[in-house]
Amino acid sequence: MSNATLSDKRPSTLRAASLPKWFSWAVAAASVALGLGISAALGLESSIQWALIAGVLFVAGTFGIAARVEGKRQAKDRVATSVVWVAFLLAVVPLASLVWETVSRGVKVLDTYFLTHSMGVVADTEPGGGIYHAILGTLEQVGLATLISVPIGVLTAIYLVEYGRGKLAKAVTFFVDVMTGVPSIVAGLFILSTWILILDMGPSGFAGAMALTILMLPVVVRSTEEMLKLVPNELREASLALGVPKWRTILKVVLPTAIGGITTGVMLAVARIAGETAPVLLLVWGSNFINTNPFSDPQASLPMYIYLQYANSGGSGAAYDRAWAAALTLIAFIMILNLAARGIARWKAPKTGR
Amino acid sequence: MDISTTKDTPLPSTPPPPAAEEKRAARGATRPGDRIFLGLSRGSGIFLLAIMAAIAVFLSYRAVLAIGKDEGNFFTTFEWNPTGNPPVFGIAVLAFGTIVSSIIAMAIAVPVAVGIALFITHYAPRKLGGPIAYVVDLLAAVPSIVYGLWGALVLVPQLDGLYGWLNDYLGWTGIFEWQGGAPRSMLTVGILLAIMILPIITNVSREVFRQVPQMHEEAALALGATRWEVIRMAVLPFGRSGVISASMLGLGRALGETMAVAMVLSSSFEINLSLLDPGGGTFAQNIASKFSEATEMGRDALIASGLVLFVITLLVNGAARLIIARRKEFSGANA
Amino acid sequence: MKLQRKNRLRALSLGAVAVTGALTLTACGSDDTGGGSAGGSSAPANSKIDCGDAKGQLLADGSSAQKNAIDAWVKQYTASCKSVQINYKGSGSGAGITAFTQGQVAFAGSDSALKPEEVTASKEVCKGGQGIDLPMVGGPIAVGYNVPGVDSLVLDAKTLALIFDSKITNWNDKAIKALNPDAKLPDLKIQPYHRSDESGTTDNFTKYLIAAAPDNWKYEGGKAWQAKGGQSAQGSSGVAQGVKETKGAISYMELSYAKDGMSTVDIKTGATEPVKATVENATKAISEAQVVGTGKDLALKLNYTPTAEGAYPITLVTYEIVCDKGNKADTLPATKSFLTYIASEDGQGLLADAGYAPMPEEIITKVRSTISGLS
Repeated sequence: MSNATLSDKRPSTLRAASLPKWFSWAVAAASVALGLGISAALGLESSIQWALIAGVLFVAGTFGIAARVEGKRQAKDRVATSVVWVAFLLAVVPLASLVWETVSRGVKVLDTYFLTHSMGVVADTEPGGGIYHAILGTLEQVGLATLISVPIGVLTAIYLVEYGRGKLAKAVTFFVDVMTGVPSIVAGLFILSTWILILDMGPSGFAGAMALTILMLPVVVRSTEEMLKLVPNELREASLALGVPKWRTILKVVLPTAIGGITTGVMLAVARIAGETAPVLLLVWGSNFINTNPFSDPQASLPMYIYLQYANSGGSGAAYDRAWAAALTLIAFIMILNLAARGIARWKAPKTGR
Repeated sequence: MDISTTKDTPLPSTPPPPAAEEKRAARGATRPGDRIFLGLSRGSGIFLLAIMAAIAVFLSYRAVLAIGKDEGNFFTTFEWNPTGNPPVFGIAVLAFGTIVSSIIAMAIAVPVAVGIALFITHYAPRKLGGPIAYVVDLLAAVPSIVYGLWGALVLVPQLDGLYGWLNDYLGWTGIFEWQGGAPRSMLTVGILLAIMILPIITNVSREVFRQVPQMHEEAALALGATRWEVIRMAVLPFGRSGVISASMLGLGRALGETMAVAMVLSSSFEINLSLLDPGGGTFAQNIASKFSEATEMGRDALIASGLVLFVITLLVNGAARLIIARRKEFSGANA
Repeated sequence: MKLQRKNRLRALSLGAVAVTGALTLTACGSDDTGGGSAGGSSAPANSKIDCGDAKGQLLADGSSAQKNAIDAWVKQYTASCKSVQINYKGSGSGAGITAFTQGQVAFAGSDSALKPEEVTASKEVCKGGQGIDLPMVGGPIAVGYNVPGVDSLVLDAKTLALIFDSKITNWNDKAIKALNPDAKLPDLKIQPYHRSDESGTTDNFTKYLIAAAPDNWKYEGGKAWQAKGGQSAQGSSGVAQGVKETKGAISYMELSYAKDGMSTVDIKTGATEPVKATVENATKAISEAQVVGTGKDLALKLNYTPTAEGAYPITLVTYEIVCDKGNKADTLPATKSFLTYIASEDGQGLLADAGYAPMPEEIITKVRSTISGLS
């Protein structure tokens, strides 16, 4: 398919001997068949093995044939194409399996009752109960963390890219790097010993949100920084040349140009913290009941719920079912957020010429 | 909401900016708007610095407390018993496990991720590329606890065959020797981590490849380059720094991954040269496993190990910064 | 390139806030899971439970081994005392004791009694008093195994020690055959699983090995597994999962985890017949326990080498840890009321159904009188 579009671009009269369009498909089919055949012959059960064999055969076969017919440069090109295809297919399998398993195992107990009730007094080993309390907790904690860290993170990145040249900028860059290495549980411990033990505040959703902020900040800063660097200097110069103040240039020209990438970065950061279990366990404590106030008393959260259902299952299928259903909900929640942010970014982003 | 006030209170008094900074700021920020904006952004930087400094001080303090009581050598002891009498613990096994699992993860994930990113931007038919990019983006957002659940309940049972195979053909190397336990080893962790960081690296790399100036590519094509030569000469050099920082983002997640590793790995405090046999551990996994039953002393010991993870991440990031800095001139965007 | 002159950032953040806000505010959930269609069994109010003036939220943390027992109790208790929410997090004995000595929880659950330094630390939280151990839940630690074709298996302490120390490595080993003359033992590698996290279950299991097979188990014991080799997994649930998916696996876990896809080992003790891992058999062994705590503290010393017929030797007892004096005023009524209930005949009566063993009468009487004196 891809080769077809490529060869179409070249005038046919200048073309050296070339393989027909169906060539790649034929080699692919042959390799899959051979892979299956070899596996069957050797009695290998795992699907991983025949896929690997087929992949290797495909690349080798393409190179061998193309090198003979089309010459070395074209063969290299074909190998690159086939390697890229194989990489793609190999990566799709586990990721598709992840999605499939989560969905198929998750839908078992996922219904309106599950989404609108808390666990209440249902024991972990019994069927029943729901995740409303955990959804609420996750929304509030992640929301708070995002509200705190996105402005700070984006402003810091702006400082680093647009203003910072001195020692302060170097120090900030250095510490952002350090911060990416903070294990989540250590961030949790830090908040625990300051906020809860020294200031005597008691576990709450907000305590968790602060730990999540520590984890989220460096990701936001790094990705925003990277995206701001990609904004062409010509844009800045054009705007400044028109007499627009620097801060307006940044707000109206630089940020909008990079907003797509920044949004992606923020979503990655949200995804990272929305799945954090350890600090939440320490700071938000967990609860089987609904607590709408993130500023006092324990709350629940989805990742913590998943982990606890897995860990306290008592070997009961009901708990595993709930864990999968909560995992599905968590993924769905993140994806909805992701899609929404992406939609807004696309809608608002400058229309480029490409 | 009163977040801003609660958040602002711990802000320390602003230290005077370095002289060079001051001059520059004075030159650039003549308008009040500029001054306010510069103040805001610098304030954020300082705030971040303050948090980090506080964490670093706190961690170092607790770690020094713990290491002071350690009767074993903190770097070479193959044991973790901080509650024992005398307390003995060392990070050798954890450092080995963390590095090995991350290397495996990176070795698998980076080439494949670059492949997928190229596939999406340069190979896939347009109709296919868009949706795939979307799906990969969404997968990057799947939280690690879900990967852990999937790894423990779905992936591990699938790996038996592959391990037997590796043992049959590559067992003689010693690295792929397998004694037939459950496949919950360093290689499994590496594979799971690779799957986990794959979407992240793909995601950022794709974004970078997409930024390659069209003109560079067209110029190469006009010279009669094949698609692969275009990629090698125009796309990859331009995207290198982006791919490196994407990989570092992935490596950061791989190094610090906690729950997924703890749910999959069959850990123990010994170094096993075979990647297929159970054993070993990683910093984050060890912290998660040992934390809940740990006493005060045990927690300090775990923090000390966390500090080492800190330093490792720092070195990795520093190396990446160096590579990127050296490549800076290449990046065409700001030429 | 043309740029739209709009404030994209503001729109973006507004959008995110709106999505979050809408999700948060519009949905309305319910804590009422006591009955209804999803199958949560409803609990009728129990008139024997004395709520007193208990109200508010009671935080507790500690042993995951007793989590299921606490869940069952909470269900009954909350049905009667609707103004109390009991929030027990089973994150581990160590975490529970730490949270207790830091004053975060009203009571802690622990698989082992307080150590002297922990008692000292508790004095800061318990104004004028100290933390005490109240034994409340007992239970058998089952040894589960997964060997196809072998439905029942007898092992003694010595063989167990050798298996878990990777000295016996195959299921058709002579030592196992000698104990199971009738079983068809396959030629299969033994995969002993232990806990990768620190755990009271590991502690009690190795205490048993130390007490019953001192010559073959040379390790000092403790919550962390010390022997080399073998497989490991996180949590009882993790090892149970591991045993189920690995042929030839064997591991130790609380009885409630040892089901579906594995069988449990009968332990040969000093008695003539091998003993099955059941709640009744564990109760028999626990009844031989001695109170070794001083004052109001009721820490127990378990007998790991019982010789009575049908006494299962591998057991663990979890304690509730509270202050004898100086409990926080706002949580004291609820703590006292809840503990009174779980130590009552009703409370202890629930345990067998949940896979646990009740405390012997002699001990629980002392517990009750201690609870009534809490202040």
